[in-house]
Amino acid sequence: MRRHLFAWLLALLPLVGWAAEDGGAALDAMTPDLHDKASLQRGMVLFIDECAGCHSLQYQRFSRAARDLGIPRDRLEKNLIFPESLDFNDPIRTGMAPDDGEAWFGVAPPDLTLEARLRGTDWIYTYLHSFYRDPERPWGVNNTVFPGVAMPNVLEPLQGVQEPVCEDAGRAGGGRDPGHHRPCRTLEIVTPGRLSSAAFDRAMWDLTNFLAYVGEPARLQAEAIAPRVLIFLAVFALIAYLLKREYWRDVH
Amino acid sequence: MADPDRARSRRTLMRWVDKRFPASRLWQHHLSRYYVPKNLNVWYVFGSLALLVLANQLLTGIWLTMSYTPTAEGAFASIEYIMRDVNYGWLIRYLHSTGASAFFVVIYLHMFRGLLYGSYKAPRELIWLFGMALYLALMAEAFMGYLLPWGQMSYWGAQVIISLFSAIPGIGPDLAQWIRGDYLVSGVTLNRFFALHVVALPIGILGLVALHLVALHEVGSNNPDGIEIKARTDAQGKPLDGIPFHPYYTVKDLVGVAVFLCVFCTVVFYFPEGGGYFLESPNFAPANALETPAHIAPVWYFTPFYAMLRAVTFDLLGLDSTFWGVVTMGLAIAILFVLPWLDRSPVRSMRYKGRVSRIMLTVFVGAFVTLGVLGTMPPTGVRTVIAQVCTGVYFAFFLAMPFYTRLEATRPVPDRVTGR
Repeated sequence: MRRHLFAWLLALLPLVGWAAEDGGAALDAMTPDLHDKASLQRGMVLFIDECAGCHSLQYQRFSRAARDLGIPRDRLEKNLIFPESLDFNDPIRTGMAPDDGEAWFGVAPPDLTLEARLRGTDWIYTYLHSFYRDPERPWGVNNTVFPGVAMPNVLEPLQGVQEPVCEDAGRAGGGRDPGHHRPCRTLEIVTPGRLSSAAFDRAMWDLTNFLAYVGEPARLQAEAIAPRVLIFLAVFALIAYLLKREYWRDVH
Repeated sequence: MADPDRARSRRTLMRWVDKRFPASRLWQHHLSRYYVPKNLNVWYVFGSLALLVLANQLLTGIWLTMSYTPTAEGAFASIEYIMRDVNYGWLIRYLHSTGASAFFVVIYLHMFRGLLYGSYKAPRELIWLFGMALYLALMAEAFMGYLLPWGQMSYWGAQVIISLFSAIPGIGPDLAQWIRGDYLVSGVTLNRFFALHVVALPIGILGLVALHLVALHEVGSNNPDGIEIKARTDAQGKPLDGIPFHPYYTVKDLVGVAVFLCVFCTVVFYFPEGGGYFLESPNFAPANALETPAHIAPVWYFTPFYAMLRAVTFDLLGLDSTFWGVVTMGLAIAILFVLPWLDRSPVRSMRYKGRVSRIMLTVFVGAFVTLGVLGTMPPTGVRTVIAQVCTGVYFAFFLAMPFYTRLEATRPVPDRVTGR
């Protein structure tokens, strides 16, 4: 019987490989670290400065973020709550009306509360890095992981201007990407921005980390409780086993 | 307990109750003097675990209902409200969502145990039929529950499955519209699915569990040797190979419960999304009737049947291939109901059946798992061919059963359980 069980398990092994399969563009790996409070705080500041003008986090309250990230209430109220009509206990809502967004960008900027759970942190991290100059687009930029993106590159002052470079030069001739058919995946900074490449990477890592937190604030709580629950259950299992052995002594 | 006065007053109380309600008799009949084969192995724990998961689903479900808004406008936001603003709402929700998958894990293993040791064979056909009705009710319960978060996958999964009914010739389109209550999946559908999910189906499931258990306790448990333990009793009529369910199997099942909870809670606390199989990532976007997700996959426990549906790619007798896919899927479930009458083997357990039965069961499980994997992936030419072969294997297992179980040589069954 035991041999059979092993055979079943072996039969299930391929599932592991399939589960890991993922389609689409190659993404840079970004594994969030929700215990890095400093990074989460920097990420929140970046979000409020760079993103909250257009994007809401409609399910994330300022107060919850303040508590989870260890930001004192007075400092958060003074520096991070925009527009001022919002209260400490309100969700992080943008001041921009959805209709305006649609009129200006062709599509209302989406709410980003669950973006990390919807697309994954790898996607967000890579997306933030992947804007490049494309004169054919309304805002002059395109994105390798989100072709035809409606968003202007608000991070350009930080990152600088990127242009595509083809590793396979023969295919696209000259190295420039001819439009958004993107035979070229490698981007190169042609005009440097305010941040060095390493500093920009770190900033985007912080921003992605913050969005990972916002996607599931309970993760911190879950991981705090989990060890206690599992240790209790392990002890319970041991005692239950000893009890069972004691009772079953007289069964032959 | 040692106090004789207290013991006496407790006896008096029980006498009082027993004259009015058969408390002691029920306890003895179903637990302390309910004799169970002493050789039940680990495969027999999944029935108790199913009961545990059912209790979990009912309790967490009640608490979710307290904070959930069953409207198209409010459903998605109310889930996030539960996840963020309700105290331990995230835990209640993950216990419920992980519990749904755990339910099917446990039930599939429970059903496999039945196949392995012939638990469906006479005199246990009704236990099997009630169990199959439970499986069907559970699938309906899970399907309707999955619409309630009102995410993209909730919406489009429901849309795809309900529209299958419109493949039925003649009445199809009207039937699908009658199920939805609208021309497309809408708030009306959400409301009725909510009612069925939290009231109608749970009542039905509880009733079926009662029938399943009453039938089981009437004939007693089968065992890995497939021997009828009631055939050999001592002078008092107690089966020689039987032991009382309580305390022996209550303590044994308690170990199973503890081990199960260790695994279950690890998933609940660390991997509630189950790698995208328990909570599918497109479901973190609210339902949008104007935007179809690139790849619609049902939750993993439906994927074997979904793969069979897609495996039928050809029109037949002037009817659409989708219709035949639906028929195939329906037959795949229906054929399970008649299993007790397909198995003609003189023995119950796989231990004493012949080689053909063993090979068939192995191939069957392989085909079912493969179909499950294929159902999660977008179809390609090769995958469709594999799914067609596996569908064939699935039906061959059942349709050929009357022949191979009767013709193959079986091994002699011992008089007493072997205790392996």
